[in-house]
Amino acid sequence: MLSIRNLQVKVGGREILKGVDLEVAAGEVCAIMGPNGSGKSTLAQVLAGQETYEVTAGEVLYEGRNLLELNPEQRAREGVFLAFQYPVEIPGVGTAYFLRAALNAIRKHRGLDELDAMDFLPLIREKLKLLEVDEALLSRAINEGFSGGEKKRSEILQLAVLEPRLAILDETDSGLDIDALKIVAGGVNALRDPERAIIVVTHYQRLLSYIVPDKVHVLVAGRIVASGGRELALELEEKGYGWVETEPAVPAPA
Amino acid sequence: MSVVAQAPESYLETFARFEEGAVGSDLGWLRSIRRSAMARFSELGFPTTHDEDWRFTNVAPIAETPFGLARVGGGVELTSRELDRLRLPGFASIRLVFVNGRYEPGLSQLGPLPAGVKVGSLAHELATDPGSLEEHLARYADYRNDAFSALNTAFIEDGALVRIPARTVLEEPIYLLHVSAPGTGPAVTHPRNLIVAGDETQATVVEDYVSLDGEVHFSNVVTEVVVGENSVLGHYRIERESEQAFHVSTLRVEQGRASAVASHSLLLGGALVRNNVHPVLAGEGSDCLINGLFMGAGQQHLDNYMKVEHAGPHCTSRQFYNGILDSRSRGVFHGRIVVHKDAQKTDAKQTNRNLLLSEGAQIDTKPQLEIHADDVKCTHGATIGQVDEDAIFYLRSRGISEASARDLLLEAFAGEILGLMKEEPVRRHLEGLVKQWLRRETVLEGAR
Repeated sequence: MLSIRNLQVKVGGREILKGVDLEVAAGEVCAIMGPNGSGKSTLAQVLAGQETYEVTAGEVLYEGRNLLELNPEQRAREGVFLAFQYPVEIPGVGTAYFLRAALNAIRKHRGLDELDAMDFLPLIREKLKLLEVDEALLSRAINEGFSGGEKKRSEILQLAVLEPRLAILDETDSGLDIDALKIVAGGVNALRDPERAIIVVTHYQRLLSYIVPDKVHVLVAGRIVASGGRELALELEEKGYGWVETEPAVPAPA
Repeated sequence: MSVVAQAPESYLETFARFEEGAVGSDLGWLRSIRRSAMARFSELGFPTTHDEDWRFTNVAPIAETPFGLARVGGGVELTSRELDRLRLPGFASIRLVFVNGRYEPGLSQLGPLPAGVKVGSLAHELATDPGSLEEHLARYADYRNDAFSALNTAFIEDGALVRIPARTVLEEPIYLLHVSAPGTGPAVTHPRNLIVAGDETQATVVEDYVSLDGEVHFSNVVTEVVVGENSVLGHYRIERESEQAFHVSTLRVEQGRASAVASHSLLLGGALVRNNVHPVLAGEGSDCLINGLFMGAGQQHLDNYMKVEHAGPHCTSRQFYNGILDSRSRGVFHGRIVVHKDAQKTDAKQTNRNLLLSEGAQIDTKPQLEIHADDVKCTHGATIGQVDEDAIFYLRSRGISEASARDLLLEAFAGEILGLMKEEPVRRHLEGLVKQWLRRETVLEGAR
C-alpha cells in the first residue's frame, strides 16, 4: 500500500531524513520506533503533506500513486490520516461541524452523498461510545482547552469517523494514563482491517502491548536501521536505542 | 503627508445659504447651536495627523474635496425594487429610509408601535414639535472639540428621531437605512440621529449605511443616544458604502443609572472610514459593551476610535474589536478609556485582535488609559497576527480544502465578535454579510 524509497527531507535547511526505505502492506500494523530527534515525526508529517518540510530526494508511492504530488486535502480524501502528536487548537470552529465537514469532503470525493446533521448524529454517537468520549466534546471548539488525553482521544475519534485506508499515529500514546491508553488502543484495534494499514509512531514500547504490531522498524538519525517483528520492540525496551545505533549487524531492509 | 487642512471657505458659504432655508431656522436655540458649531468648525479646521486623535488617519482627501450639500433626494427616485436590493432583508415593521440624509416617508414603514413610541424624521419633528427636542438635541456630541461633530451640528436638519417612553419594550429592531445617492459633483450629507430611551425601556436600533454607484460622497454622521435608568439598548452600525465613500460617524451615548448598552459595529465598505464610539457611563452601575468588526480590502482605510468614559462609580465596560485586513488596506484601533475621579470601582477591559491577510495590509493599534480614580480595574490587550498556518494544515489534513479552511478560520475570528451580538435576527444578517465578504475574497484569491 505504501512504498517509501530513499526519502530525504530537509527542515529549515537541516537534513532530517537521510534516505528512508519502508514498505507497508494493506492489513498491516507497523510500528516505527526511535529516539528523540530521529525523524519519526518528520516522516509522519511529510506523509500527511506538511509543506514546510522539503523533500530533496526519494519517492513515496501510495496505492501505486505518487503521494508527494498530492496536497494535504487530496491525501486525506484518498484515505491518508495523521493523528497529530500535538493537535492544533482552533478556537471558534466547533468539533461537530468540523468532523462533519471533513467527513463530507471525503465522502464527496468518493462519490457518496454528503451527510446532513441528522444522519451524522447516530454515526458520531456510536464512535463516541467506542472511545468513551463525552458527547459534550462535540460542541466545543476543536481541541480548545482540551487536556492532553482529550486531544489524543479526539484524534482517534476523527480516525474512527473518517475511516482512512492509511492511518499514521504520531506518538498518540505519549502523555496518556494507562486507562486512556487502553481506550485509545481499543479504538485503533477496532479499525484493524485487511484493507487498512496502520503506522504507529512511538517512542515507547508500552503502546505496542495494546496495539500489537505485525512489524517493527527502528528509525535512528534519519534512517531505518533495523526491522523485525514485535519482539524487536521488546528487545529495544530492554537494551535501549543505543544498542541498534551501535549494532550494524542487524539487517536493515534493502 | 499634508499638514494644512483648514476648513475651506466654501463650508461657510454653504452654511450661510443652508441656514436661511433650513428647517427650524426660526428656532432661536437651534440657530444658536448651528452658528456656534459652524464657528467652532471654522476655528478647528479639519484635523491633521499632528493631532494625537488623528495620528493614523489622514483626512486630507476629505478636506481637499470641494463637497457641496447633497441635493435632497439627489434627484434620485429610489424604486422599491432598488430599495429591496440595498436594504437588509427582514426588518419589515419599523424601517426608516433616508436618501441623501432626507427622510423618505414613501419608502419607510412605521409600525405598529407600542403606545407613546415616536419613530420618525428629525426634520419633521423640528417643524412640528421642536420644543420636545431642545432638551437633548446637540447636548452630548462634543462639537466644541471635534471638527466633524461641529460640521454635522452646524448642518443639523434631518435624520432619525426615536423616542421611547418609560417602561416600554420594543420587540422589533428599529432599522434605519441611509442611502447615499450621488448626483453630479462630490456631495456631503450630515445625517443626525437622536435616540432618547426613557427609564426601564428596552430597544434595538440598527443604522445601515449604503450607497448607489457614482461620484465621491461623504457621510458625516452623528448619533446621540440617551439611555434612561435601568434600560437596555442595543445599537448596530453597519458601514457598507461604496469605494467612493468617505464616512465619519460618531456615536455618543449617555448612560443612566444601571443601564446596559451594547454598541456593535461592522465596517465593510467605504474608502476612508472613521468610526467614533463614545459612551459616557454617567449613572452608577451602568454597563456597556463596545463590540466591533472591521474588514478591509483594496486600499480601504478603516479607523475605529473608542472613547469610553467612566463618570459614575461601579460601572463596567468591555471593548472587543477584531480587524481583518487584506490587500493594501489599513486599519486603526484607538481605544481610549477615561476614568473620572468619582468613578470608583470601575471595571474596564479592552481587547483588539487583528489578522493581516497580506503583506501590504497594516494595522495601528493604540490603547490609552487615563485614570483619575484610585480603586479601578482596567486592562487592555492587542494582538496582530496572520492566519494560523498550523491550523490550516490541520484542517487540510482532514480533507478540507485550503480555501474552506481559511474561510473557517476567518469566520471563527469574526465569530468572536458576531457571537456577542445578542439580537439573533440582526446577528444572522451580519453573519451573512461577513460570509459574503469572505467569499468575495476567496473568488479574488482564485483569480490571482
